[in-house]
Amino acid sequence: MKTLGSWGRYPYSPQQPIPCHWRQQVAEQGLAWRDCQAVGLPYGNGRSYGDSCLASSDQVLYMRPLARFIEADWQQGLVTVEAGMTLGELLQCSIAKGWFLPVTPGTRLATVGGAIANDVHGKNHHVQGTFGRHVDGIELVRTDLGLVQCSPTAHAELFNATLGGLGLTGVIVAATLRLRRIASSKIRLQQIRFDNLREYFAISRELDIRHEYNVAWVDCLAPLSQIGRGVFLAGDHHDQAPCKPRPVTTVRIPITPPIPLFNQLTLRALNSLYFRCKGTRPERLQDYDAFFYPLDRLLEWNRIYGPWGFQQYQCVIPHGDAEEAVGELLATIRRHNEGSFLAVLKNCGDMPSPGLLSFPMPGVSLALDFPQRGERTRKLFLILDHIVRDAGGRLYPAKDAHMSGDDFRAAYPAWERLENLRDPALLSQFWQRVTLQ
Amino acid sequence: MNNILIIGGTSAIATACARLWAEQHSRFMLVGRNAEKLQQTAADLQARGATEVQTHILDLDDLDGHAAMLERTQQLLQRIDIALVAHGSLPDQPMCERDPDYAVRAFTSNGLNVIALLTRLGNLMEVQGGGSIAVISSVAGERGRPSNYLYGSAKAAVSVFCSGLRARLFKSNVHLLTIKPGFVDTPMTQGLALPGLLLAQPDRVARDILSALQKRRLTLYTPWFWAPIMAVIKSIPEFAFKRLSL
Ligand SMILES: Cc1cc2nc3c(=O)[nH]c(=O)nc-3n(C[C@H](O)[C@H](O)[C@H](O)COP(=O)(O)OP(=O)(O)OC[C@H]3O[C@@H](n4cnc5c(N)ncnc54)[C@H](O)[C@@H]3O)c2cc1C
Ligand SMILES: NC(=O)c1ccc[n+]([C@@H]2O[C@H](COP(=O)([O-])OP(=O)(O)OC[C@H]3O[C@@H](n4cnc5c(N)ncnc54)[C@H](OP(=O)(O)O)[C@@H]3O)[C@@H](O)[C@H]2O)c1
Repeated sequence: MKTLGSWGRYPYSPQQPIPCHWRQQVAEQGLAWRDCQAVGLPYGNGRSYGDSCLASSDQVLYMRPLARFIEADWQQGLVTVEAGMTLGELLQCSIAKGWFLPVTPGTRLATVGGAIANDVHGKNHHVQGTFGRHVDGIELVRTDLGLVQCSPTAHAELFNATLGGLGLTGVIVAATLRLRRIASSKIRLQQIRFDNLREYFAISRELDIRHEYNVAWVDCLAPLSQIGRGVFLAGDHHDQAPCKPRPVTTVRIPITPPIPLFNQLTLRALNSLYFRCKGTRPERLQDYDAFFYPLDRLLEWNRIYGPWGFQQYQCVIPHGDAEEAVGELLATIRRHNEGSFLAVLKNCGDMPSPGLLSFPMPGVSLALDFPQRGERTRKLFLILDHIVRDAGGRLYPAKDAHMSGDDFRAAYPAWERLENLRDPALLSQFWQRVTLQ
Repeated sequence: MNNILIIGGTSAIATACARLWAEQHSRFMLVGRNAEKLQQTAADLQARGATEVQTHILDLDDLDGHAAMLERTQQLLQRIDIALVAHGSLPDQPMCERDPDYAVRAFTSNGLNVIALLTRLGNLMEVQGGGSIAVISSVAGERGRPSNYLYGSAKAAVSVFCSGLRARLFKSNVHLLTIKPGFVDTPMTQGLALPGLLLAQPDRVARDILSALQKRRLTLYTPWFWAPIMAVIKSIPEFAFKRLSL
């Protein structure tokens, strides 16, 4: 098998995969690690950007081939699946039966195990909270305890720590998920243009109570005077048939170009074009995949950033100072001329997650990509981190390759509880970086 | 709805095919040697929409067990619309060179037991007077390479046997598809260092197999680029080929 990496291709650290095809292999590998005092890490489909899916030993348990249904009750919408199944594979079966994921990230190529380990959130965080809230049970394999069936009522502490547990509390072999009913695979979409952040916050306050899915794209290359302009998308599941899974049609970027295909010129042109095409538009219907997973159509699009890779910066800022802090972040990025294409703004609601280290908190989340440019990127991130820290916000480990140990430990005070529950044979480069340095 | 018999029902390639058939609400008989793996595969297909999944435990090297297995299949499925023969294992080539007993066993596992099975299955389908048999052979059976010529020669035997059987069964309206995959990312190839660009995922291969069955194709190279690759490899004269260490 080929070596594996993280989505941002930064840090570059090729991972040796040990593929898992059958559930019983997980325990066997765990024992092997324990017996020779080696460490490893479970790896899903590598859709995390930074180093949280990279093992400190560069040896990962590749879970992706484990993609079977174990049990499915299509009457109740309750499914138990192996952890390597992607969200897309699950939807491919469930949609035809009238069920959708209660929470989905912006890619359907994440695995169920990965979605739990990062306790991912979607555009409906204000309604449904995080992925972990819809998990009824987890089959966990630990190198010290063997197989543990955990749930909100059995081994609850371990269960909660595993939601957003970054793959450190044991290997998730299977999970039971509660799906949500849908009548249609189409999304009713409303699109509203806004010219600045003030307008964004006003629209968001008004529409969050009316729509399940809300997200906004912000043009971060707009002239400084227009910073904060963007497009707000509000969506809901349509209420009329058909309920049909959509074939996954994709175009693959076959090779990594020797230099990044994006530079400030091409990006600015793209962004302007995007905003010219995306004004306010009347309500319309869109297929679920176009609405939730626009980026999945271009397989391995991360390659366009070239051999040096890229980083995503995602933070959440609590409501109080959100408008000011987000404005400052966008202006700083604009002044440094570094940000790429589009930034994503999302509201996080106040629904708590049972997970110990879940990222969302009530506030606004901002995410955008930066081509990796060494020192320049590092310096910019120092300034951004400062703004986030002052506003009481925090960064998302699933996207992170840079945050300081101090920032992490201050923002995620429960980290020590996770460390106490960590499987001694599992360790990621991320965890090493933020807890040991 | 199809009635489908899969020999080597826990193989990754066969499972990928079965998942597509399950979506079309097929009925299955899965044959394999590992009860636990069969059960896990059956549960998966059931959840994906299969109307019925039966399993039968059999090591295909046990040639005497073939008849009972086929009899039970006929009882349970009545008619077999598609039979997919997918079992196989990659022998340790250096071991084949040292140990003739091992070599013969490896040849049996990948060649002779397929021939034995197809003999009975062919007769059954002939009497039934219709349906398709799909046999997974390999591009490795097209030319002997020093790195795996035992496996290659067993697959060559399977391919030639299939072409003869096809011509015979054709008269009874039974279709036979010989499948020649290149490198596929499955447990069988796990330990090998294969060139990433040529390595296909099982679901890709499965889609090719289903479409070839539908079109009643005779031979399938999957992914398609193996047809030109093999054309080139077959055209190299033996005196030059022997110097290439492939
Ligand atoms: C285009 C794009 C859009 C995205 N949008 C969002 C979004 O809207 N919201 C959001 O929250 N995230 C989003 N993400 C991030 C992504 O959802 C998460 O990083 C997710 O965890 C990736 O899943 P994976 O299966 O690829 O896991 P990997 O990246 O392979 O691993 C992630 C973590 O999970 C652990 N892990 C994986 N499998 C297991 C297992 N079986 N048992 C235990 N631990 C395991 C790993 O050790 C690692 O710590 C997006 C990513 C992309 C590329
Ligand atoms: N992968 C490739 O690159 C490739 C290329 C060309 C052709 N092929 C062929 O494709 C077919 C499927 O293989 P795969 O790639 O899907 O690998 P796989 O997942 O390892 O499947 C092989 C299956 O055959 C079963 N099997 C082997 N010998 C058996 C026996 N004597 N009795 C019962 N079952 C037996 C194995 O069962 P256990 O799990 O119990 O061992 C396993 O389920 C094979 O015929 C293989 O030769 C594969």
